[in-house]
Amino acid sequence: MTIHEPLTKPPVSPTKPGTPASGGGLTIRGLHKILGGRTIIDNLDLSVKEGELVSLLGPSGCGKTTTLRMIAGFLEPDSGSIEVEGQEVSHLGAENRPSAMVFQNYALWPHMTVAKNVGFPLKLRKMSKAEIKDRVEAVLELVSLLHHKDSKPARISGGEQQRVALARALVQEPKLLLLDEPLSNLDAKLRVKVREDIRKIQQELGITTVIVTHDQEEAMSMSDRIAVMNAGRIEQYSTPEALYARPETEFVATFIGSMNRLEGSLKDGLITAGPDVLGIRPEDVILADAPFAGAVPATVERVVPRGHFQEVYVRRADALLRSFVNGEPMRPGLRTYAGIRKAMTFRDGRLVGEAGAAL
Amino acid sequence: MAITAASRTRRPLTLDSIVRSALVGLFVVLMVVFILGPLLWLGVRAFAGNWTFPNLLPDDWTLRWWQVVVNDGALGIAVQNSLFFAPLTVLVSAIICLPAAYAFARFDFPGRRFFLISLFATNAFPKMGLFVTLAALFYALNLMNTVLGILVVHVLGTVVFMTWIPAAAFAAVPRNLEEAARDAGASKLRVFASVTLPMALPGIIVAAVMSFLASFDEAQGTYLVGAPAFMTMPTQMYSLVLNYPTQVAAVFSILLAIPSVALMLAAHKHILGGQLAEGFQIK
Ligand SMILES: Nc1ncnc2c1ncn2[C@@H]1O[C@H](COP(=O)(O)OP(=O)(O)OP(=O)(O)O)[C@@H](O)[C@H]1O
Ligand SMILES: [Mg+2]
Repeated sequence: MTIHEPLTKPPVSPTKPGTPASGGGLTIRGLHKILGGRTIIDNLDLSVKEGELVSLLGPSGCGKTTTLRMIAGFLEPDSGSIEVEGQEVSHLGAENRPSAMVFQNYALWPHMTVAKNVGFPLKLRKMSKAEIKDRVEAVLELVSLLHHKDSKPARISGGEQQRVALARALVQEPKLLLLDEPLSNLDAKLRVKVREDIRKIQQELGITTVIVTHDQEEAMSMSDRIAVMNAGRIEQYSTPEALYARPETEFVATFIGSMNRLEGSLKDGLITAGPDVLGIRPEDVILADAPFAGAVPATVERVVPRGHFQEVYVRRADALLRSFVNGEPMRPGLRTYAGIRKAMTFRDGRLVGEAGAAL
Repeated sequence: MAITAASRTRRPLTLDSIVRSALVGLFVVLMVVFILGPLLWLGVRAFAGNWTFPNLLPDDWTLRWWQVVVNDGALGIAVQNSLFFAPLTVLVSAIICLPAAYAFARFDFPGRRFFLISLFATNAFPKMGLFVTLAALFYALNLMNTVLGILVVHVLGTVVFMTWIPAAAFAAVPRNLEEAARDAGASKLRVFASVTLPMALPGIIVAAVMSFLASFDEAQGTYLVGAPAFMTMPTQMYSLVLNYPTQVAAVFSILLAIPSVALMLAAHKHILGGQLAEGFQIK
């Protein structure tokens, strides 16, 4: 993997103090962290524009939380620079950074009421009681929790606790909002609602936001851009659409959406043996009951109902393919024709071509 | 209890369940006999005149023994001394032990385990041996019959509670609650005052109550180091037991128990009510 690293990445560069300010948002350069003798974050670069919502998406243990904790100031990077709105913050403690964090399990203080929790950051800023009250009520209104302001955190539901945690971060009017898997403790339905709430509030207030998740659907549905992480580095950083349509590596292609992974290459619609890896999205496997250009006879082997579509496994002479189809329910044993509309070719894990054509 | 439970779940009374409730009943009776029995006996004894052996109740009742105790001038001083040493012990012990407890909970330093375990050493050896050694030292340091000497003895007896229980309480405060406070802009000191300390408070209160009671009940060391200049309630009891009939001792034990029981009840109410119970997750 490391041999085929793209040459565009700059070598590990100690940041010079005179580095020009890069405007609003967040800029991370050459972030590096070793924990327990292992390289956890490996020369990571990331820039988030002002007002943008970016997701750090990746499998468990890839270093998402570690990255976020370094941005928040809970963990000191071994090297690299972190700039928020053009100001270098990596030498500052968490209490002096212009960022606010929402923790995975919310981290609400159990001995304080909801209003006290949300008001605590303001109290530290030596605001008057009246002003604290006004601001706390305004932000609780924003997350529709005003009626719970005198409740203790233990008395409210998980989704409500999540919104209190969000309110506690928002009330600080941070330049950068950090969220670590903020929705992972909620049930599926609530998760969809809360993520829409978060997105709406984020856009209304225009806060630069970094959100950590390992749920691709969550990342796809709320982010302006997604940074897909793998083993301490960013594999690809692009919009959700681009990530799905043009994954740069095999890892990204497998991680985002689903994919038929086959060894070989595609020639005249047929898969032939070869050293490369083919990635075919299930929706690019077209099934029809009559022959069409590029189609090959096939037999339905297995059908998995998926609600509004079916996942169909078809056996062709050259491969077993998975396809997503709408319409009439299919039965195993059915004879059909299967054609491949589009395929990605990966060599040594990197995308080298699409549908056989060189990039 | 067993019957209502059975009828609520509509389970038939099997032999198994009868045996089980019989065993539970037996256990409860034994507990009552062992815990309440002596207290009951003590209570009756304090008001008893003559009490011939096989009778369940005394032959006659009297308040004489209470008069003896109340009229004994030494008693008032003993009560005063006890009420002086116990709170002072808790205070001094807290000042010495709480920072140590925090360090044990939050920092990993060389010898941490060794220190933690060795705290038990003060309680592991026979107390009298420790006190005799201490007394020798105190003679050399001119600490015999001094407030400081007694205080040292009392504090020694509380070190284990005051370190172990708060250390567990500090360790149980989730790190990310402290981090959230840092993130909100709190200095390290502020984080401790606003988050760590309030959340560890139930444990600290329990430790303080136990230390108070330990100091209140401490007799051997106090007698050795303090008598006769400083008599506390337990040491005074020794001389009462030696000089008066046993009924007087019963009266005095009841008096001795009053502050302890009051404190226990207060702590119990405080701990089992509201926020502290939430902190401990017992209800
Ligand atoms: N203090 C530490 N000492 C040693 N290793 C650590 C430490 N903290 C984290 N790690 C390791 O660093 C790696 C990345 O951890 P991190 O928590 O950033 O993962 P993550 O991407 O957030 O995963 P998840 O989705 O499971 O939360 C893991 O392999 C973890 O074991
Ligand atoms: Mg994580």
